[in-house]
Amino acid sequence: MPKGTGWRISLIGIFVLLSFLYLTPTLVAQLPAWWGGLLPKDKIHLGLDLQGGTHLVMEVDTQKAVEGSLDLVATDLEDTLNSKNLRFKHISRTGSDKVSLVVYEKGTAADVQKLLKDKYPSYEQSPIFDEGGFAAITLRMNEKDALDRKDKAVQQALETIRNRIDQFGVSEPTIQREGINHIVVQLPGIKDPQRAIELIGRTARLEFKMVREDISPTATTIPDDAELLKEKMVDPTTGAVTEIPIVVQKKSMITGDLLTDAQVRIDSQFNQPYVAIEFNNLGAKLFDQVTAANVGKRFAIVLDSNIHSAPVIRERISGGSAQISGNFTEKTAADLAIVLRAGALPAPVKIIQNVTVGPSLGQDSISKGLYAGLIGVLLVVVFMAVYYKLSGLIADLGMILNILYLMGALAALGATLTLPGIAAIVLLIGMSVDSNVIIFERIREELKLGKTPKAALDAGYDKAFLTIMDSHVTTLITAAVLFQFGTGPVKGFAVSLSLGVLINLFTSLIGTKVIFDLFLQKGNIKKLSI
Amino acid sequence: MELLGKTNIDFIGKRNIAFVVSSIIAIIGIIGIIQIGRGAANMGIDFSGGTAMQLKFSKPFSIADARTALHKHGIAKADLQEIKNGNMLLVKMAGAAVGKQSELVQTSFRTEFADNPFTVESSTEIGPSIGDKLRKDTLIAVALSLLGIILYIAWRFDLKFGIGATIATMHDVLAMVAVFFVLNKEINLLFITAVLTIAGYSLTDTVVIFDRIRENLHKNLKGAMHNIFNGSINEVLSRTIVTSLTTFIAAASLFIFGGEVIHDFSLALLIGIGVATYSSVFVASPIVVLLENRALAKQVEKA
Repeated sequence: MPKGTGWRISLIGIFVLLSFLYLTPTLVAQLPAWWGGLLPKDKIHLGLDLQGGTHLVMEVDTQKAVEGSLDLVATDLEDTLNSKNLRFKHISRTGSDKVSLVVYEKGTAADVQKLLKDKYPSYEQSPIFDEGGFAAITLRMNEKDALDRKDKAVQQALETIRNRIDQFGVSEPTIQREGINHIVVQLPGIKDPQRAIELIGRTARLEFKMVREDISPTATTIPDDAELLKEKMVDPTTGAVTEIPIVVQKKSMITGDLLTDAQVRIDSQFNQPYVAIEFNNLGAKLFDQVTAANVGKRFAIVLDSNIHSAPVIRERISGGSAQISGNFTEKTAADLAIVLRAGALPAPVKIIQNVTVGPSLGQDSISKGLYAGLIGVLLVVVFMAVYYKLSGLIADLGMILNILYLMGALAALGATLTLPGIAAIVLLIGMSVDSNVIIFERIREELKLGKTPKAALDAGYDKAFLTIMDSHVTTLITAAVLFQFGTGPVKGFAVSLSLGVLINLFTSLIGTKVIFDLFLQKGNIKKLSI
Repeated sequence: MELLGKTNIDFIGKRNIAFVVSSIIAIIGIIGIIQIGRGAANMGIDFSGGTAMQLKFSKPFSIADARTALHKHGIAKADLQEIKNGNMLLVKMAGAAVGKQSELVQTSFRTEFADNPFTVESSTEIGPSIGDKLRKDTLIAVALSLLGIILYIAWRFDLKFGIGATIATMHDVLAMVAVFFVLNKEINLLFITAVLTIAGYSLTDTVVIFDRIRENLHKNLKGAMHNIFNGSINEVLSRTIVTSLTTFIAAASLFIFGGEVIHDFSLALLIGIGVATYSSVFVASPIVVLLENRALAKQVEKA
């Protein structure tokens, strides 16, 4: 054997073995029982365009989270001032970053000022100023805190969405944060994307509010502490929607974050599904107090600013459990239970990108892509064999090694194969023979100059080396940029392309050369089949 | 087997014809890019924002009926395209709120085509903010890869070759845009991917020829530029053709058998492979000859 052939052959062999090893989980439907331990178990992942599924990009309305915090501060201040007997005219959030307080007397204002300093040290406090004859103070959330709040809101939203998806039951979902306020969700192989989207995108803010029977829903002015909401009624037979306006107290008595559990139950009497909820200790205490104080009055169950139902409180409810009933199907009840368990989103989210691919189209893409690849391989193999004879077959062998290595590498790296990724592989079939074409053409030229096969072969490889390096680097540059900027399918293309180029460098410079070397060292070969 | 024996074609001599042809293509390409910039070209929804759906009906239908069905439900402007094979309909609507449009399309057909049930094969909805971001990212990607290529060529060759290679690469990019613009094919992310791939491929093609020219320049210092360049191109001509042919075969099988989703993508590749081969011979090298001759003339003047 010529010098240096041994390690090259072993390297090729090892890579072939490794490729098959990594490809086994992809190729074998049922792994044998002894397959385990350190042996690879990952399959080549299929992109959503190939296996079907939904890709969502959601934008969290982080400003709403800041406003929500300020609303809480305002409510909290009302309670504190009331408990300290400090009389105030008005407390509310103004604009996007302030809470303003208006009190009747200067003296009270000074007390409030001191209280605010203790209670909200991180807020910027304005000096007392005059507003229509009353004393006013504004509290402003500083920018750093606001940014912090926004960041937390996205983080919380991500966790909540993850919870909901886990409970909904999707296999191998991907949920990632992207940029400042975007969340990317991938749901492979999902059957009912519309339902999943509604489940994920819903804010699910649950509130219990007292109905203000003293104000007519048709009244032109509604006091500051009340608001007009609507109850949607769906006729189960016709499907027609009617909206009933109801005036409720603005302040909620109890909110959904005091829940510990929510489950779907079936009403044995009417065979209707409903959602049973459990409160935590604080929630149970509040619920007990509220119901005790308001027997005979109505209270509204408000979900995302829509009244779900407004039942009459018949008796005091202790023990911390309650039920939400209404026009539920089993699915809608199940979804409501999931969102209540997983908790509300800290801010509304908006879906800004939704790519859904049906499973049949994905399957179609795989089979067509593979078919096209197969035809491409066959045509190129035949062409090379006819054009370069035996040497062409060696190039063909190199190409097949290329494809095998590439698939193995994709499996080993856990990379995702997309339809453009398959296209990249097919394209590589054509491009990968290029290195060999460059080398062969060189060898033919050297042979024409009268060199022996061995000398022509060595000269051919030597002189072609730089050219081959150049041509690979230029392709790698564009592939790297595509990888950096591409998303989804395009990224899959870049991965296949760049891996393919690197692998091709190995097979063309080491792989095929060693086969030639083996041929030529067998005695005196007079003629090279090229 | 050999397709070509020893050739001696005067490629450089044909440069005037080539420059005229290339200039026309490049101008159309530039117009295309301006139109893309203005959003007046056939933009994919990944850049413009909007909704695209692929529906598969169980029975044949007419495009006119489909249009009326959508009109009835308030979708006035939609781009409809029928895929004969398998009763499929592509619906494309520019810029609309995510979530509403796709449902509306489904309700329209569910009520108007009650006796012809359908399934949604795929649906893509992209909000305007994503479109903006993708457009920006794409511009950066194209600029970065061109910059990377120029830097590499400038490092490996001298400036004149760098200019030649860059112009040839840009020429190919423009030519692809020109063809897609004239055929009114959709400009989307996959097209950009194809363009960048071809940019890399075209450069490879050019570099192989440049390598040979440089080698011959070192060997033969006396010959006329014109002859050295022509000789080099002829020497590597069979490689140029064989490689283009194998890559073309692979892309063609994608085009013919690869299915609807990557049909336009493989068309772009086919066009690109063709133009890249042409430009490495007829654009890149003649430009370098031009620059070299000018430099020589200056040296003579000084002397």
